[in-house]
Amino acid sequence: MAVALETINLVKRFSGIVASNNVSLQIAKGARHALIGPNGAGKTTLINLLTGVQRPTGGRILLDGEDITSLSTHERVRLGIVRTFQINQLFNDLTPLETIGLAVSERRGQGLDWWRIVGSRPDLVAEVVEILERFHLADVIDKRTAVLPYGKQRLLEIALAIACRPRVLLLDEPAAGVPEDERHEILAAVAALPADVTVLLIEHDMDIVFSFADRISVLVNGALFVEGSPEEVARDPRVKAVYLGEEVADA
Amino acid sequence: MLTILFDGIAYGMLLFVLASGLAVTLGLMNFINLAHGSFAMAGGYVTVILVNRLGVPFFASLPIAFLASAVIGFVFERALYVHVYKKPHLDQVLFSIGLVFMSVAAADYVMGSGQIFVQIPKFLQGQFEIYGIGIGRYRLLIIVICGLLTVALQFILANTRFGSRLRAAVDDSRVARGLGINVNWVFALTFAFGSGLAGLGGALGAEILGLDPTFPLKFMIYFLIVVTVGGTSSITGPFLASLLLGIGDVAGKYYVPTLGSFVIYTIMIVVLIWRPQGLFSRAASR
Amino acid sequence: MLPPPIAIRVATEWLAARARWQPLEVGFWIVAFAAIWLFPDRHLILTEIAWLGLFALSLDLILGYAGIISLGHAAFFGLGAYTAALLAKYEIINEPVLALLVAGLAAMALGFVTSFLVLRGSDLTRLMVTLGVALLLRELANRLGWLTGGADGLQGVSIKPVLGMFRFDMFGHTGYAYSLIVLFILFLIARRLVNSPFGLSLLSVKGNPLRASAIGISVDGRLIAIYTVAAGFAGIAGALLAQTTSFASLEVFSFDRSADLLLVLIIGGAGYLYGGLIGAIIFKFMQDYLSALTPQYWPFWIGLVLVVIVMVGRDRITSWTAPFRRIASHLNWRALARHVAASSSERR
Ligand SMILES: Nc1ncnc2c1ncn2[C@@H]1O[C@H](COP(=O)(O)OP(=O)(O)OP(=O)(O)O)[C@@H](O)[C@H]1O
Ligand SMILES: [Mg+2]
Repeated sequence: MAVALETINLVKRFSGIVASNNVSLQIAKGARHALIGPNGAGKTTLINLLTGVQRPTGGRILLDGEDITSLSTHERVRLGIVRTFQINQLFNDLTPLETIGLAVSERRGQGLDWWRIVGSRPDLVAEVVEILERFHLADVIDKRTAVLPYGKQRLLEIALAIACRPRVLLLDEPAAGVPEDERHEILAAVAALPADVTVLLIEHDMDIVFSFADRISVLVNGALFVEGSPEEVARDPRVKAVYLGEEVADA
Repeated sequence: MLTILFDGIAYGMLLFVLASGLAVTLGLMNFINLAHGSFAMAGGYVTVILVNRLGVPFFASLPIAFLASAVIGFVFERALYVHVYKKPHLDQVLFSIGLVFMSVAAADYVMGSGQIFVQIPKFLQGQFEIYGIGIGRYRLLIIVICGLLTVALQFILANTRFGSRLRAAVDDSRVARGLGINVNWVFALTFAFGSGLAGLGGALGAEILGLDPTFPLKFMIYFLIVVTVGGTSSITGPFLASLLLGIGDVAGKYYVPTLGSFVIYTIMIVVLIWRPQGLFSRAASR
Repeated sequence: MLPPPIAIRVATEWLAARARWQPLEVGFWIVAFAAIWLFPDRHLILTEIAWLGLFALSLDLILGYAGIISLGHAAFFGLGAYTAALLAKYEIINEPVLALLVAGLAAMALGFVTSFLVLRGSDLTRLMVTLGVALLLRELANRLGWLTGGADGLQGVSIKPVLGMFRFDMFGHTGYAYSLIVLFILFLIARRLVNSPFGLSLLSVKGNPLRASAIGISVDGRLIAIYTVAAGFAGIAGALLAQTTSFASLEVFSFDRSADLLLVLIIGGAGYLYGGLIGAIIFKFMQDYLSALTPQYWPFWIGLVLVVIVMVGRDRITSWTAPFRRIASHLNWRALARHVAASSSERR
């Protein structure tokens, strides 16, 4: 099994809280890996560490065996580690067309072009339009992002990550807050990702997790608690106790 | 040498009293009030008018200067500042610069553009020596008054009901509201109190710093240094920063007069590169 | 599954519409150039408007497009002014255009170095640092009296003819034409820049730096770049002042100048390039009028205008500039963009 992304004894301490506690996680190439755990378990923090948004207190992060712990966020994006955010992080004053255009020109290394008018590269525009259509955003390409309905914003959030052509995609609760009947658009987009893209999915909805994942890690209080195939995790009594137990009780 | 240290401490403590109100408004409301010096200037001019023109005793004029500036601060807070708290920093900057310019021109109109000194009582003039250290009487007075104020301030913040409400409002104004604390009222009183302190500082400092209509402009950078270098998470940070600034400035001007204010600006820039959150702020240790 | 050509075309045109010249813009520049012949007796104030407009344009690049608040933009303006004046005084570079370029490069170098100071920290630390740098330079110019003339300013500067042909005159005829041409060229560059992918990425950095970095944009890199460019623009504006007045004094670095500049930009509105130019026109005529009444209390009126603008709301004050902000083009293209929606739903 080739490992795409790996953490070694990753620690993140906030004043008083240990949000990541010696996390050693391996995500295989092309995996559909799910990360679950109760609220405040440190899932988002782990993604923040993997993408360089936050600096770890200790430990290392490897991509394809190379140490990337000291790289900045944008450098990691160039290496192919791309994420979405649990809470939308979009450009409120830009349109979806401009937003996706930004990501695509950046990926092509044309983001520093200052003498060229935006939109003067037909192939780039074609790619942008294709992404917008794939994510059902074609009808709102010229609307300010701030005025889009939440479901559309959520789609844009994910489309923006896809536009970066990730090799490793980290999805932080992509369907959070999206009404039941609009979820399938997002899930379909995730399912349609090329098989060689490695995906780490954070999700609370167990139906989604078990239909998606080929491997599941459970995080509790910042530490890796259990890891295994969906069947193993589903059977594990400890998981039932701390996590699935709650879910079942809720249902 | 020690005389310089002494002068520097006096200067630094004065700066602290001048700027402490700014530290609180900044920490409390995340409001950038560049016009803080205008309230200090108001206190200075009130003292000048009282002492020089009306013959009020110097010590009686100090509390009046405090009250006058506090009242002015209160009125401005209620009338104008409240509308700007929620606006972006750019608006706060524009607004408070506007106030600075208006106060500068107004002071010029009312008091004339020249530098004015307060007539301090005879027994405060001159200096005496202890163990070879020249100690200016007036500076000693400043240290005593400002030291007492600092202790009082610390006590109010740490031990009184108002202090705990203030801290609650600083930590999370929404939660504080939920607890039934009238945050607006806390803001207004704090602002008034901070302006009053600035006014008192202006009154005390008129003698040392010099008082003219450009006072708010000249000392804007000093106040900013105190709050950015000291941080706003505690009262100790700005206090230490003030002392450092005071001693550094006095010593710099004494030992390397040709460099003038270079020393201070350079130190400030270096500190901010090294620790953008401030030298003594809690955030910096994270 | 390629999108239909019409969708691509519409998207392309919609993007291009951002950069299309509006009739109002064209009119603006025609009037500005016509003023060379139409208002010969106003050339002195028009020259001041030209360099002030350029200076404000420079601030717009960092404030309106990158969101950096500066209280010390005069640092670059002043450095440009002193560079140009010194080059002429000591006859190092006699040709004004070349000296202008050197002044701009010097300011760019300073901008590059100091940009690292504004990367980190909050708005407050940025205010401090920018203010500090300007004060530092002012102090420097003051101390280097043997070179700069200290507090008296740099006197006895004589500026040679532009390109060896056009002599500066006391009525500002050459000065205005020269400043306007420089302003126009730099405006074209700025216009190109903000409508490019680079300009778009600045807006993204200003709007949401966290996300900008998460799509691979080097936030620091962009800020350094635009800060450096803007510093160059400010330096050239300062050089224009020095060349058209044959003088440079400590006042070029003053805090009032940086603060006035903020006002200039805010009157016209930030973030669409014309704000600085429109603001410069209003500001200069206002100054002309008010300081004729009471020169000493001019700061009072500046202050009052600032306070009023903030209390009323910046957007409301500058809403009349909307036609310049290309609202019209957005509306036109909105209709076309619906075709995209129509064509894509047809295919399904
Ligand atoms: N910037 C921060 N400063 C201090 N504490 C933080 C910070 N970010 C997260 N935490 C704390 O770290 C812990 C883990 O938070 P995290 O957001 O990673 O949880 P999560 O597993 O993503 O939860 P959720 O399912 O609610 O999204 C929480 O206790 C949180 O309060
Ligand atoms: Mg989370």
